Amino acid sequence: MMDFSRYLLLLLGMCAVTYLPRLLPLLVLSQRELPRWLTEWLELIPVAILAAILAPELLLDRHGALDLLRPEFWIAIPTLLFALKTRSLGGTVIIGMGLFWLSGIQLP
Amino acid sequence: MRHDPEINPPGNRRPSLEILREGLLAALPICMGYLPIGMALGVLAMQAGLPPAWIGLMSVLVFAGSAQFIAVAMLAAGASAPAIVLTTLVVNFRHVLMSSALAVPLRGVRRRFLLLFAYGITDESFAVNMTRFRTGGWDRWRALVVHHAANLTWIIATIIGALAGSLIPRGAFGIDYALPAMFIALLALQLRGRIFLLTALIAGATAILWKVLIPGGSYIVGAAIVAATSGFLLRRRRESR
Repeated sequence: MMDFSRYLLLLLGMCAVTYLPRLLPLLVLSQRELPRWLTEWLELIPVAILAAILAPELLLDRHGALDLLRPEFWIAIPTLLFALKTRSLGGTVIIGMGLFWLSGIQLP
Repeated sequence: MRHDPEINPPGNRRPSLEILREGLLAALPICMGYLPIGMALGVLAMQAGLPPAWIGLMSVLVFAGSAQFIAVAMLAAGASAPAIVLTTLVVNFRHVLMSSALAVPLRGVRRRFLLLFAYGITDESFAVNMTRFRTGGWDRWRALVVHHAANLTWIIATIIGALAGSLIPRGAFGIDYALPAMFIALLALQLRGRIFLLTALIAGATAILWKVLIPGGSYIVGAAIVAATSGFLLRRRRESR
Protein backbone atom coordinates (compact mmCIF):
# COMPACT_ATOMS: atom_id res chain seq x y z
CA MET A 1 0.00 0.00 0.00
CA MET A 2 1.17 3.55 -0.77
CA ASP A 3 2.22 6.03 1.91
CA PHE A 4 -0.31 8.43 3.37
CA SER A 5 0.65 11.60 1.51
CA ARG A 6 0.30 9.84 -1.85
CA TYR A 7 -2.99 8.33 -0.73
CA LEU A 8 -4.26 11.77 0.28
CA LEU A 9 -3.27 13.16 -3.11
CA LEU A 10 -5.21 10.33 -4.77
CA LEU A 11 -8.26 11.13 -2.62
CA LEU A 12 -8.09 14.82 -3.52
CA GLY A 13 -8.03 13.89 -7.20
CA MET A 14 -11.01 11.57 -6.73
CA CYS A 15 -12.75 14.27 -4.70
CA ALA A 16 -12.40 16.81 -7.52
CA VAL A 17 -13.74 14.51 -10.24
CA THR A 18 -16.64 13.47 -7.99
CA TYR A 19 -17.56 16.95 -6.77
CA LEU A 20 -17.29 18.96 -9.97
CA PRO A 21 -19.75 16.90 -12.07
CA ARG A 22 -22.22 17.26 -9.17
CA LEU A 23 -21.65 20.98 -8.77
CA LEU A 24 -21.10 22.62 -12.16
CA PRO A 25 -24.42 21.86 -13.91
CA LEU A 26 -26.36 22.90 -10.80
CA LEU A 27 -24.31 26.07 -10.41
CA VAL A 28 -24.72 27.10 -14.05
CA LEU A 29 -28.29 25.99 -14.76
CA SER A 30 -29.92 27.14 -11.51
CA GLN A 31 -28.98 30.79 -12.08
CA ARG A 32 -30.85 31.30 -15.34
CA GLU A 33 -34.20 30.86 -17.03
CA LEU A 34 -34.14 27.46 -18.72
CA PRO A 35 -35.75 27.04 -22.14
CA ARG A 36 -39.02 25.14 -22.02
CA TRP A 37 -37.72 22.16 -24.00
CA LEU A 38 -34.89 21.67 -21.51
CA THR A 39 -37.17 21.69 -18.45
CA GLU A 40 -39.47 19.24 -20.21
CA TRP A 41 -36.52 16.99 -21.02
CA LEU A 42 -35.09 17.25 -17.52
CA GLU A 43 -38.50 16.38 -16.09
CA LEU A 44 -38.11 12.91 -17.61
CA ILE A 45 -34.57 12.40 -16.28
CA PRO A 46 -35.51 11.12 -12.77
CA VAL A 47 -37.78 8.35 -14.03
CA ALA A 48 -35.27 7.45 -16.76
CA ILE A 49 -32.35 7.25 -14.33
CA LEU A 50 -34.35 5.23 -11.80
CA ALA A 51 -35.35 2.66 -14.41
CA ALA A 52 -31.84 2.58 -15.88
CA ILE A 53 -30.34 1.84 -12.45
CA LEU A 54 -33.00 -0.69 -11.44
CA ALA A 55 -33.52 -2.86 -14.52
CA PRO A 56 -29.96 -4.24 -14.79
CA GLU A 57 -29.81 -4.68 -11.02
CA LEU A 58 -32.93 -6.85 -11.10
CA LEU A 59 -32.39 -8.75 -14.34
CA LEU A 60 -28.63 -9.20 -14.82
CA ASP A 61 -26.61 -11.66 -12.75
CA ARG A 62 -23.23 -10.78 -11.25
CA HIS A 63 -21.49 -11.73 -14.50
CA GLY A 64 -23.70 -9.34 -16.47
CA ALA A 65 -25.83 -12.00 -18.18
CA LEU A 66 -29.61 -11.78 -18.48
CA ASP A 67 -31.34 -14.00 -15.92
CA LEU A 68 -35.12 -13.93 -15.68
CA LEU A 69 -35.20 -16.26 -12.66
CA ARG A 70 -33.48 -13.98 -10.16
CA PRO A 71 -35.39 -13.55 -6.88
CA GLU A 72 -34.48 -9.84 -7.09
CA PHE A 73 -36.68 -9.58 -10.19
CA TRP A 74 -39.64 -11.67 -9.02
CA ILE A 75 -39.76 -9.89 -5.67
CA ALA A 76 -39.73 -6.56 -7.49
CA ILE A 77 -43.16 -7.28 -8.99
CA PRO A 78 -45.23 -7.53 -5.76
CA THR A 79 -43.03 -4.76 -4.30
CA LEU A 80 -43.88 -2.47 -7.23
CA LEU A 81 -47.59 -3.33 -7.00
CA PHE A 82 -47.53 -2.57 -3.28
CA ALA A 83 -45.80 0.77 -3.98
CA LEU A 84 -48.30 1.70 -6.71
CA LYS A 85 -51.22 0.86 -4.42
CA THR A 86 -50.02 2.42 -1.16
CA ARG A 87 -47.54 5.05 -2.46
CA SER A 88 -45.66 4.45 0.80
CA LEU A 89 -41.87 4.58 0.66
CA GLY A 90 -41.17 3.10 4.08
CA GLY A 91 -43.81 0.38 3.72
CA THR A 92 -42.46 -0.63 0.33
CA VAL A 93 -38.90 -0.90 1.64
CA ILE A 94 -40.08 -3.13 4.51
CA ILE A 95 -42.20 -5.33 2.20
CA GLY A 96 -39.34 -5.68 -0.30
CA MET A 97 -36.80 -6.55 2.39
CA GLY A 98 -39.18 -9.03 4.00
CA LEU A 99 -39.90 -10.81 0.72
CA PHE A 100 -36.20 -10.91 -0.16
CA TRP A 101 -35.37 -12.30 3.25
CA LEU A 102 -38.03 -15.01 2.90
CA SER A 103 -36.79 -15.91 -0.58
CA GLY A 104 -33.31 -16.38 0.84
CA ILE A 105 -34.66 -18.78 3.45
CA GLN A 106 -36.53 -20.88 0.90
CA LEU A 107 -33.81 -20.86 -1.76
CA PRO A 108 -30.51 -21.24 0.05
CA MET B 1 -48.77 17.90 -14.85
CA ARG B 2 -45.81 20.18 -15.51
CA HIS B 3 -43.12 20.62 -12.94
CA ASP B 4 -43.47 24.09 -11.55
CA PRO B 5 -40.21 25.53 -10.28
CA GLU B 6 -42.14 28.11 -8.26
CA ILE B 7 -43.70 25.47 -6.01
CA ASN B 8 -40.56 25.56 -3.90
CA PRO B 9 -39.33 29.13 -3.57
CA PRO B 10 -36.11 29.62 -1.64
CA GLY B 11 -37.19 28.60 1.85
CA ASN B 12 -36.84 30.89 4.81
CA ARG B 13 -33.84 29.85 6.81
CA ARG B 14 -35.35 28.40 9.92
CA PRO B 15 -33.21 25.78 11.63
CA SER B 16 -36.24 24.05 13.05
CA LEU B 17 -36.61 20.57 14.43
CA GLU B 18 -39.36 19.94 11.92
CA ILE B 19 -36.94 20.27 8.99
CA LEU B 20 -34.50 17.94 10.70
CA ARG B 21 -37.20 15.40 11.53
CA GLU B 22 -38.70 15.29 8.05
CA GLY B 23 -35.28 15.19 6.40
CA LEU B 24 -34.12 12.33 8.60
CA LEU B 25 -37.34 10.42 8.01
CA ALA B 26 -36.91 10.73 4.26
CA ALA B 27 -33.28 9.64 4.55
CA LEU B 28 -34.11 6.55 6.61
CA PRO B 29 -34.48 4.06 3.71
CA ILE B 30 -31.24 5.37 2.20
CA CYS B 31 -29.41 4.94 5.49
CA MET B 32 -30.77 1.40 5.91
CA GLY B 33 -29.53 0.54 2.46
CA TYR B 34 -26.14 2.17 2.96
CA LEU B 35 -25.33 0.17 6.10
CA PRO B 36 -24.68 -3.21 4.44
CA ILE B 37 -23.09 -1.68 1.33
CA GLY B 38 -20.80 0.64 3.29
CA MET B 39 -19.80 -2.22 5.56
CA ALA B 40 -19.04 -4.42 2.56
CA LEU B 41 -16.81 -1.63 1.23
CA GLY B 42 -15.04 -1.43 4.59
CA VAL B 43 -14.39 -5.18 4.57
CA LEU B 44 -12.93 -5.01 1.06
CA ALA B 45 -10.78 -2.02 2.00
CA MET B 46 -9.43 -3.88 5.02
CA GLN B 47 -8.61 -6.87 2.82
CA ALA B 48 -6.85 -4.50 0.41
CA GLY B 49 -4.67 -3.28 3.27
CA LEU B 50 -6.30 0.13 3.88
CA PRO B 51 -6.51 1.10 7.57
CA PRO B 52 -10.05 1.94 8.83
CA ALA B 53 -9.22 5.65 9.09
CA TRP B 54 -8.03 5.71 5.46
CA ILE B 55 -11.21 4.24 4.05
CA GLY B 56 -13.23 6.52 6.36
CA LEU B 57 -11.35 9.49 4.94
CA MET B 58 -12.16 8.29 1.43
CA SER B 59 -15.86 8.23 2.32
CA VAL B 60 -15.56 11.78 3.69
CA LEU B 61 -13.78 13.20 0.65
CA VAL B 62 -15.31 11.12 -2.12
CA PHE B 63 -18.80 9.89 -0.99
CA ALA B 64 -19.50 7.89 -4.14
CA GLY B 65 -20.24 4.24 -3.44
CA SER B 66 -19.66 2.56 -6.77
CA ALA B 67 -16.55 4.63 -7.53
CA GLN B 68 -15.14 3.76 -4.11
CA PHE B 69 -15.63 0.02 -4.67
CA ILE B 70 -13.78 0.27 -7.95
CA ALA B 71 -11.03 2.44 -6.43
CA VAL B 72 -10.44 -0.06 -3.62
CA ALA B 73 -10.27 -2.93 -6.11
CA MET B 74 -7.84 -0.94 -8.27
CA LEU B 75 -5.69 -0.05 -5.24
CA ALA B 76 -5.56 -3.73 -4.30
CA ALA B 77 -4.49 -4.54 -7.85
CA GLY B 78 -1.74 -1.89 -7.72
CA ALA B 79 -3.27 0.52 -10.27
CA SER B 80 -1.76 4.00 -10.67
CA ALA B 81 -3.38 7.07 -9.11
CA PRO B 82 -4.18 8.76 -12.47
CA ALA B 83 -5.93 5.58 -13.65
CA ILE B 84 -8.04 5.49 -10.49
CA VAL B 85 -8.95 9.20 -10.77
CA LEU B 86 -9.92 8.81 -14.43
CA THR B 87 -12.09 5.78 -13.64
CA THR B 88 -13.76 7.72 -10.83
CA LEU B 89 -14.59 10.52 -13.24
CA VAL B 90 -16.14 8.11 -15.73
CA VAL B 91 -18.17 6.27 -13.07
CA ASN B 92 -19.45 9.52 -11.53
CA PHE B 93 -20.28 11.26 -14.75
CA ARG B 94 -23.95 10.29 -14.44
CA HIS B 95 -24.24 12.88 -11.67
CA VAL B 96 -24.00 15.58 -14.35
CA LEU B 97 -27.52 14.59 -15.37
CA MET B 98 -28.81 14.57 -11.80
CA SER B 99 -27.20 17.90 -11.01
CA SER B 100 -28.83 19.39 -14.12
CA ALA B 101 -32.26 18.06 -13.16
CA LEU B 102 -31.88 19.45 -9.62
CA ALA B 103 -31.32 22.92 -11.09
CA VAL B 104 -35.07 23.08 -11.82
CA PRO B 105 -36.37 22.86 -8.22
CA LEU B 106 -33.31 24.76 -6.91
CA ARG B 107 -33.65 27.63 -9.33
CA GLY B 108 -32.27 30.94 -8.07
CA VAL B 109 -30.80 29.48 -4.87
CA ARG B 110 -27.65 31.16 -3.58
CA ARG B 111 -24.36 29.81 -4.89
CA ARG B 112 -22.98 29.29 -1.37
CA PHE B 113 -25.78 26.86 -0.61
CA LEU B 114 -25.20 24.98 -3.84
CA LEU B 115 -21.51 24.51 -3.02
CA LEU B 116 -22.55 22.64 0.11
CA PHE B 117 -25.51 20.88 -1.46
CA ALA B 118 -23.72 19.48 -4.53
CA TYR B 119 -21.32 17.46 -2.38
CA GLY B 120 -24.10 15.06 -1.35
CA ILE B 121 -25.77 14.38 -4.70
CA THR B 122 -25.92 10.59 -5.05
CA ASP B 123 -28.22 8.26 -6.97
CA GLU B 124 -30.21 7.66 -3.80
CA SER B 125 -30.51 11.23 -2.49
CA PHE B 126 -31.32 12.45 -5.99
CA ALA B 127 -34.16 9.96 -6.36
CA VAL B 128 -35.62 10.77 -2.94
CA ASN B 129 -35.30 14.55 -3.22
CA MET B 130 -36.59 14.86 -6.79
CA THR B 131 -39.65 12.82 -5.87
CA ARG B 132 -40.24 14.94 -2.77
CA PHE B 133 -39.72 18.23 -4.58
CA ARG B 134 -42.36 17.18 -7.07
CA THR B 135 -44.96 15.98 -4.59
CA GLY B 136 -44.53 19.23 -2.64
CA GLY B 137 -43.94 20.16 0.99
CA TRP B 138 -40.23 19.88 0.37
CA ASP B 139 -37.46 22.45 0.35
CA ARG B 140 -33.73 22.71 -0.04
CA TRP B 141 -33.05 22.49 3.71
CA ARG B 142 -34.89 19.19 4.05
CA ALA B 143 -33.05 18.00 0.96
CA LEU B 144 -29.76 19.01 2.55
CA VAL B 145 -30.60 17.04 5.71
CA VAL B 146 -31.14 13.97 3.48
CA HIS B 147 -27.70 14.49 1.95
CA HIS B 148 -25.87 14.79 5.22
CA ALA B 149 -27.72 12.00 7.01
CA ALA B 150 -26.92 9.67 4.13
CA ASN B 151 -23.30 10.82 4.05
CA LEU B 152 -22.82 10.37 7.79
CA THR B 153 -24.32 6.87 7.66
CA TRP B 154 -22.07 6.00 4.75
CA ILE B 155 -18.91 7.17 6.53
CA ILE B 156 -19.80 5.31 9.73
CA ALA B 157 -20.79 2.15 7.83
CA THR B 158 -17.50 1.98 5.92
CA ILE B 159 -15.51 2.43 9.13
CA ILE B 160 -17.57 -0.21 10.99
CA GLY B 161 -17.05 -2.54 8.05
CA ALA B 162 -13.30 -2.02 8.16
CA LEU B 163 -13.19 -2.53 11.94
CA ALA B 164 -15.61 -5.38 12.44
CA GLY B 165 -17.23 -6.24 9.13
CA SER B 166 -16.18 -9.86 9.13
CA LEU B 167 -17.96 -10.43 12.45
CA ILE B 168 -21.41 -9.45 11.14
CA PRO B 169 -23.50 -12.04 9.25
CA ARG B 170 -24.25 -11.10 5.66
CA GLY B 171 -27.75 -10.60 4.28
CA ALA B 172 -29.59 -10.46 7.60
CA PHE B 173 -33.30 -9.48 7.35
CA GLY B 174 -33.07 -8.95 3.60
CA ILE B 175 -31.31 -5.64 4.19
CA ASP B 176 -29.46 -6.08 0.88
CA TYR B 177 -32.81 -5.37 -0.78
CA ALA B 178 -33.37 -2.05 1.02
CA LEU B 179 -32.01 0.14 -1.78
CA PRO B 180 -33.61 -1.79 -4.68
CA ALA B 181 -36.95 -1.65 -2.82
CA MET B 182 -36.52 2.09 -2.26
CA PHE B 183 -35.80 2.63 -5.94
CA ILE B 184 -38.89 0.57 -6.82
CA ALA B 185 -41.05 2.74 -4.55
CA LEU B 186 -39.60 5.95 -6.00
CA LEU B 187 -40.12 4.64 -9.51
CA ALA B 188 -43.77 3.96 -8.66
CA LEU B 189 -44.12 7.56 -7.46
CA GLN B 190 -42.56 8.85 -10.68
CA LEU B 191 -44.97 6.94 -12.94
CA ARG B 192 -47.53 9.69 -13.36
CA GLY B 193 -48.82 9.23 -16.88
CA ARG B 194 -48.22 7.27 -20.04
CA ILE B 195 -45.13 9.23 -21.13
CA PHE B 196 -43.41 8.50 -17.82
CA LEU B 197 -44.25 4.79 -18.04
CA LEU B 198 -42.95 4.66 -21.61
CA THR B 199 -39.78 6.51 -20.63
CA ALA B 200 -39.19 4.06 -17.78
CA LEU B 201 -39.68 1.04 -20.04
CA ILE B 202 -37.35 2.45 -22.70
CA ALA B 203 -34.76 3.30 -20.03
CA GLY B 204 -34.90 -0.17 -18.46
CA ALA B 205 -34.66 -2.03 -21.76
CA THR B 206 -31.90 0.24 -23.09
CA ALA B 207 -29.92 -0.06 -19.85
CA ILE B 208 -30.00 -3.87 -19.96
CA LEU B 209 -29.05 -4.02 -23.62
CA TRP B 210 -26.34 -1.38 -23.15
CA LYS B 211 -24.81 -3.11 -20.14
CA VAL B 212 -24.77 -6.49 -21.88
CA LEU B 213 -23.10 -5.02 -24.97
CA ILE B 214 -20.79 -2.46 -23.34
CA PRO B 215 -19.32 -3.53 -19.99
CA GLY B 216 -18.67 -0.81 -17.44
CA GLY B 217 -20.84 1.89 -15.95
CA SER B 218 -21.78 3.97 -19.00
CA TYR B 219 -25.19 2.32 -19.28
CA ILE B 220 -26.92 4.58 -16.73
CA VAL B 221 -26.09 7.85 -18.47
CA GLY B 222 -26.56 6.33 -21.91
CA ALA B 223 -29.94 4.75 -21.22
CA ALA B 224 -31.23 7.79 -19.31
CA ILE B 225 -30.41 10.16 -22.19
CA VAL B 226 -31.87 7.81 -24.81
CA ALA B 227 -35.06 7.28 -22.78
CA ALA B 228 -35.62 10.92 -21.76
CA THR B 229 -35.07 12.06 -25.34
CA SER B 230 -37.44 9.39 -26.69
CA GLY B 231 -40.08 10.31 -24.12
CA PHE B 232 -39.64 13.99 -24.91
CA LEU B 233 -40.04 13.43 -28.66
CA LEU B 234 -43.03 11.14 -28.18
CA ARG B 235 -44.75 13.74 -26.03
CA ARG B 236 -44.00 16.51 -28.53
CA ARG B 237 -45.43 14.42 -31.36
CA ARG B 238 -48.54 13.57 -29.42
CA GLU B 239 -49.10 17.21 -28.49
CA SER B 240 -48.59 18.48 -32.04
CA ARG B 241 -51.29 16.19 -33.38
